Amino acid sequence: MTDGHTVATATKRSTAVVPIRIPPDSPDPDVGTRLSDVDEWGRSERFRALTRTLYEPVYSRWFRVEWEGLEKIPAVGGALLVPNHAGAIPSDAPVIMHGIEKELGRPVYGLADYFFRTVPVVGTLWARGGGVSARPANAYRLLKEQGQLVLDFPEGTKGPSKSFTDRYQLRRFGRGGFVEIAMRAGVPVIPVAVIGSEEAMPVVFRLPTLARALGIPYFPVTANLLALGPLGIVVPFPAKFKLRVLDPIHFDVPPDQERYSKSRVMEEAERIRGLIQESVYDMLRDRRSVWFG
Amino acid sequence: MAHRVLVTGADTFWGGRMIQALESDPSMDVILGMGAHAPSVPFERAEFVQADQNYSILHRIVRATQVDIILHTFLVTDGLSQRALHETNVIGTMNLLAAAGASGSSVRHIVVKSSTLVYGSSARDPSTFEENTPRSGPATHRIERALLEAEGMVRDFSEDNPSTLVTVLRFANVLGPHLTTAISRNLSRPIGPSIFGFDPLLQFVAEGDVVRALLHVTRGGVPGLYNVAGAGRLPWSEVAAICGTRLVPLSPYSPLKLRPLARLFDLPPELVDLLRYGRGVDTRRLTATGFEYEATSAGAVHAFIRAVRLRRSVGRAPSSYTYEHDVEQFFRHSPSVVGSPDR
Repeated sequence: MTDGHTVATATKRSTAVVPIRIPPDSPDPDVGTRLSDVDEWGRSERFRALTRTLYEPVYSRWFRVEWEGLEKIPAVGGALLVPNHAGAIPSDAPVIMHGIEKELGRPVYGLADYFFRTVPVVGTLWARGGGVSARPANAYRLLKEQGQLVLDFPEGTKGPSKSFTDRYQLRRFGRGGFVEIAMRAGVPVIPVAVIGSEEAMPVVFRLPTLARALGIPYFPVTANLLALGPLGIVVPFPAKFKLRVLDPIHFDVPPDQERYSKSRVMEEAERIRGLIQESVYDMLRDRRSVWFG
Repeated sequence: MAHRVLVTGADTFWGGRMIQALESDPSMDVILGMGAHAPSVPFERAEFVQADQNYSILHRIVRATQVDIILHTFLVTDGLSQRALHETNVIGTMNLLAAAGASGSSVRHIVVKSSTLVYGSSARDPSTFEENTPRSGPATHRIERALLEAEGMVRDFSEDNPSTLVTVLRFANVLGPHLTTAISRNLSRPIGPSIFGFDPLLQFVAEGDVVRALLHVTRGGVPGLYNVAGAGRLPWSEVAAICGTRLVPLSPYSPLKLRPLARLFDLPPELVDLLRYGRGVDTRRLTATGFEYEATSAGAVHAFIRAVRLRRSVGRAPSSYTYEHDVEQFFRHSPSVVGSPDR
């Protein structure tokens, strides 16, 4: 996909209001009685449309995002998107959510630690933008019952908090919870490999004591912070973002089981991690420049 | 089949409403209302028995009247002093279950009106609680502990007495034209509380649907544990906007300590939690038994505020009814009474 094409679709789609899928058996009885369009997850399509408009220049001019294999993401039905996660205050989540909503016209719900909910203002904006706390029950409801796209970073905070010296070395994929949820919901896992995220906000070192004192998961001292001062908290470097969607992985197991073989789950999680890691290396081999791709 | 039903909390809002609803059902042969105080609404044919708060005479009444259904509406979920809360919810329920479980008891069905307060409200919560979803953490507020304790006793009772049907309905926050709660008081004023930076999703159930749900399980003999809430959820800011209430944000750090400001509002501790994290429940289990809701969450809010606006214009209708024991007894039992007094 060329830059020209990306910009062309951007002008066509970026302000489009994506229709929110509602479960087929319950026609919306609230028509005319609601003032906002906030759904049961706290997501507001109007708010997302606004943030997409604001984020579009960052997406297509700053990061100059390029996708590969976007057609592998289904246009309907639930699927769990599983990318690698990096870069202190990671830009990969907004880039992926923005890109898919813009190109596919369907909402993406992003799972994250419930910690976000506890932060005033941030928690509310996060929820309005499609953030959902990473509880198995939430993921199941989204994937199975509502057939939505869900974005999950199995590395959790271990991904974005790692130092720049460990860049593009994928961390452990949690306890494989994402595989179990996909199995239970009977939906495919779609691995996504991302490059550019590490260089957008490299972590020079961490201050664990300060993080503990502030009650936050980690406190990264980034190159951005050192170069730009406080501005570096919000301004990433304009690294070129490239994303590759890998083939969806369907698990050949019956859905809705109470438990799944832990060894199978861990094996699949490790396999998916390996696939993403391999793709990341592959994309880095082809990358001539951090800034120009 | 003719039923003999006993309703607890007959002097309270819900007890009164339920008795009035049951009176129009001819299959309810005998309706007994129990309450600590005189009832505030007129009953047509139900008999009222005054009891102390924790219902210690209940077993005698059950034995004497041979009721087969007990409708326990008297689990308090809003506004009561701590001590009274324990007496009513825990000791009252204990006495009720003891009476129902006594050997040779005539009771075949117990319906308990509980609240989704038992799920609590915290950051770790899933967006939607199903009936078997556990709380995310231990109960923090007295009202939650009292309700959990009462529900626990009901659960034990149903395990020990498999031949008795036990129904527990957990109602979401109720809004409607007549009921007064902490939330409704806040929403009927020009300014209301919010926690700065938080805009939680709330789910409401309409007053009428509470009565209809209780009737549905009572008449149908539907056992089990069910959430009851209108479809859809609304952010608190939207609820306030519908009601024309301007929200005053309180500090998210210990809002209750800002006494002067917090005292302007009606803010029990469990409501502070709710205004931070909200709560949503799954209602498919009750719908699957054949129950149909009349109102959504948003519909309940609209019905509530329409009634408030009417009251603002014409004032609250004065209560025209005062319970007088002798008069009621006369109408029910005197051989001279041959017609209905009201018709």
